[in-house]
Amino acid sequence: MSTVTSNVEVPAGVKLPIYMDNHATSPLDPRVLEAMMPYFTDKFGNAASRNHSFGWEAEQAVETAREQIAKLIGATAKEIIFTSGATESDNLAIKGIAEMYRERGNHIITQVTEHKAVLDTCKRLEKHGYRVTYLPVKADGLIDLEDLKRAMDDKTILVSIMAANNEIGVLQPIREIGKLCHEKGVIFHTDAVQAVGKVPINVQTDNIDVLSLSGHKIYGPKGVGALYVRRRNPRVQIAAQIDGGGHERGMRSGTLNVPGIVGLGKACAIAMEEMDSEAAYLRGLRDRLKAKLESELDYVHVNGSWEHRLPGNLNMSFVYVEGESLLMGINDVAVSSGSACTSATLEPSYVLKALGLGDDVAHSSIRFGLGRFNTQAEVDYVAAKVIDIVKHLRQLSPLYEMVQDGIDLTKIQWAAH
Amino acid sequence: MAYSDKVIDHYNNPRNVGQLDKSSTEVGTGLVGAPECGDVMRLQIRVNPETQVIEEAKFKTFGCGSAIASSSLATEWIKGRSVDDALAIKNTDIVKELSLPPVKIHCSVLAEDAIRAAIGDWKKKNGVAETADAAAVAH
Repeated sequence: MSTVTSNVEVPAGVKLPIYMDNHATSPLDPRVLEAMMPYFTDKFGNAASRNHSFGWEAEQAVETAREQIAKLIGATAKEIIFTSGATESDNLAIKGIAEMYRERGNHIITQVTEHKAVLDTCKRLEKHGYRVTYLPVKADGLIDLEDLKRAMDDKTILVSIMAANNEIGVLQPIREIGKLCHEKGVIFHTDAVQAVGKVPINVQTDNIDVLSLSGHKIYGPKGVGALYVRRRNPRVQIAAQIDGGGHERGMRSGTLNVPGIVGLGKACAIAMEEMDSEAAYLRGLRDRLKAKLESELDYVHVNGSWEHRLPGNLNMSFVYVEGESLLMGINDVAVSSGSACTSATLEPSYVLKALGLGDDVAHSSIRFGLGRFNTQAEVDYVAAKVIDIVKHLRQLSPLYEMVQDGIDLTKIQWAAH
Repeated sequence: MAYSDKVIDHYNNPRNVGQLDKSSTEVGTGLVGAPECGDVMRLQIRVNPETQVIEEAKFKTFGCGSAIASSSLATEWIKGRSVDDALAIKNTDIVKELSLPPVKIHCSVLAEDAIRAAIGDWKKKNGVAETADAAAVAH
């Protein structure tokens, strides 16, 4: 098999391929694995077994994890419900609240750049008589609070707005959103999968009623997540979506994934300890990557607010270069593209389109997701490689040539394809 | 997605990259696709007015690796062919040569369109009647 060739040297200490797609998933922290191991072997008990030591041991581990998670987000342990991951958490939150508060109203507000776990859940509810408002976002990816205010009416029961976006990393103004919701007596759910453990989140000061989080985005295991459900001021009730043994205060039946839960708890405990220093470290790497790319390449721009952004996220468009061809050239670096060609639908990223970017700019985007285990040497290599390939592809790009010749691409009558 | 060796070869060493003088009567230019769709190909030919043989072909492509390879291959294939021979190239030939997967067939279609558009432009400039085949490029 031939490989794509490149003139970029691999610095000492850098092992290929490089993983720089930490919004998709993150590697398991060895400390997390270590904490989990005994619960796969000796400590295999069912946390619901109340009459022997195996069960007590498992239950104890689960309760410790519950506390670790609660502590990270400023909640109490009793407010944490375990799930199989954030998709389930989002489904349980939105469907469970919609069902429970149906008599009070049938209106839900969300926004267009939510994860599909939220958008598709809302779409399903629309088929069942609920009314959903999908707020637009501004060019920086953030919602306008005035839009939210205007959208609220006396039938509104739930607002679901993510804390951080998975593609462009922008941080929504959740504290202000939560405040507005509380003033109007509306429940506020946030999908905080990308934000928890990366930026400070506190359900009290941020006015959050329900929050989804996941293990594998914070160097924990896959297949485990949690839902925070507020118990007081206001007490939020959620109708169970999975029936069975009545686990998790009746909100989510099913035998608990004890090793996974232990891992999620440990991952939260580590994040609690290291979030501040890690955020500074990642911001340094990200800014270095951006500065290098911008110093060598023209027609590059950052997608989404730079100010309100996750420390590890850089989403950049390399205009006049198509994203998949760029990925092909940097095939020893794992990143994501908003290009249509990387998806089965041939539609570019709906998140980037929502920012008002042209499809051509969306097709040119790359998401760099920096994480705990990335190094400066890796960043330097990735930057050099991207610069090399973008220059190569721009030599091949008729669009780049036309723009250099002063042609306005928007004035060209392109053949519809 | 795994790319075939031939796609990777064209991506690494694209053939006939560049541009020809658009204003020359010997040159035909085809610009197909659209930036919004993530593919734009520009294919140009220089035709010998005596023999009607394509003596030079150049391309530039904005698109995925398969689109780059399809257009690079197209320039290789049409060079040295007569205009009529070049029109005989079908997108399925490109698919076969590059082992393109089903999701990339549109890249080969675009390359075929580019050949036809370039030849159509040359014919128009030189007052050669369009064949029914070449006129049916609307896509």
